[in-house]
Amino acid sequence: MSATKEFHGSSLELTDMAMAYGDVEILHNINLKVAPGTTTCIIGPSGSGKSTLLRGINRLHEPKRGDVIVNGSSILGDRPDDVRKRIGMVFQHFNLFPDHTALQNVALAPWKVKGLNRKKAEELAAARLAEVGLAERSDHRPRDLSGGQQQRVAIARALAMEPEIMLFDEATSALDPELVKGVLNLMADLCQRGMTMVVVTHEMGFARKVADQVVFMDEGEVIESGTPEELFNHPKSDRLRRFLDEVL
Amino acid sequence: MEFFDTISKTFLDFDSMLEVLPQLLKTGLTNTLIISISATIIGIVLGMLVAVMGIAKTRWIRIPARIYTDLFRGLPAILTILLIGRGFTGISQDIFGPSPYPLGIIALSLIASAYIGEIFRSGIQSVEKGQLEACRALGMSYGRAMVLVVIPQGIRRVLPALVNQFIAIVKDSSLVYFLGLLPMERELFRVGQDAAVLTGNLSPLVAAGIFYLIITVPLTHLVNYIDQKFRTGRRKATPPTSGLKEVSELQSSTQGERA
Repeated sequence: MSATKEFHGSSLELTDMAMAYGDVEILHNINLKVAPGTTTCIIGPSGSGKSTLLRGINRLHEPKRGDVIVNGSSILGDRPDDVRKRIGMVFQHFNLFPDHTALQNVALAPWKVKGLNRKKAEELAAARLAEVGLAERSDHRPRDLSGGQQQRVAIARALAMEPEIMLFDEATSALDPELVKGVLNLMADLCQRGMTMVVVTHEMGFARKVADQVVFMDEGEVIESGTPEELFNHPKSDRLRRFLDEVL
Repeated sequence: MEFFDTISKTFLDFDSMLEVLPQLLKTGLTNTLIISISATIIGIVLGMLVAVMGIAKTRWIRIPARIYTDLFRGLPAILTILLIGRGFTGISQDIFGPSPYPLGIIALSLIASAYIGEIFRSGIQSVEKGQLEACRALGMSYGRAMVLVVIPQGIRRVLPALVNQFIAIVKDSSLVYFLGLLPMERELFRVGQDAAVLTGNLSPLVAAGIFYLIITVPLTHLVNYIDQKFRTGRRKATPPTSGLKEVSELQSSTQGERA
């Protein structure tokens, strides 16, 4: 693994963030600090609000209260489109554009959003695809790629916008078991290279090995957070102990 | 025997068919195609507008689109054509001159746009929500995401329905004869009808009918063809690849790069 920090991940802080769908409050007063270039894994049972938390960070869903602070300044006053240029996201079901090739999937946003010319955008896309081991698949369409390959294209697509922070929403949950490791390794690699990452995951092995910080959530609240060692080896709360009993 | 004689004389009199054939080709077919194709093109443009308005988040954009669709889909085509074709002659005279032909096309376009708008809307709404979300997460605006990613996928899914709509428009184009067209503006039905009245024989109308079928039947088969192609996909069957192969590929490619 190369140790050069080629990414310049930003810090992220959530203060008293609350989120609601209609009148139903899903997240209550979330406080979270993510140091630049570190990886935070969010674990917890289904319905605990993990995915909603990610959506609040890049404002796919607007937070109801509290603040989201990137690199020291609040992003809630910025245009949502500008916020999302700085924060990449990878989805459980990849959400690649089916009528675009792998290369076009990656090149589209740099071309149309960042305003690079088409040729530059495609060169950048080719480089990003090579990084995720898909140089030879660049003219394949998503349906001709395996799930693992599709998710790697999706990661390359997010990286092509040169984000300061990357959000992963159960990025390996829809993959065949033998393909999970490849994607996780790629994510661990990004972490090594200095990206700030917030990873919602059910892969406890990944959280233990790669995370700088693990956050356990349940029923819309952060129950416990700390180093992997603290959470996995010395869980304080009953709920985390019960959760770990079930998943490990 | 006499019965069949009468039948063939009434419907299949080749002489009167042949007599009207040049006019059916030159005037009738040309006008039917001009009317139908223009109405379809205008209908597609207006229909897309109605569809996009119909899925807007703001209620005050959605409601007019809804009313428009209900109106033009709910009224009999002939009534719309007469109301517009007769009602706007004043304005039309200033722009297009005395012929009701353009008004006929406009009326057909409005009717078509209501149906096409619904076709587009269903297509666009059938595109998975994740597509829009992925675009937004990359920093695209709603409009750009729709234009670049969501709408093209939606259109592709409804191509068969659009061809069906064109067939309906071809048939409905015969209704503009109610507006009283000049001899050189008459479409297939009116040309056949005129000749039928003159000769006292229905064969020219049968000939006109054959022309309609020549347009519509191949199109219905085209629909089936498109439909099947989209269902099965263009892709040739390839043998399945083992996931393990991908694992070793990935290992060698990343190791190579890191070395």
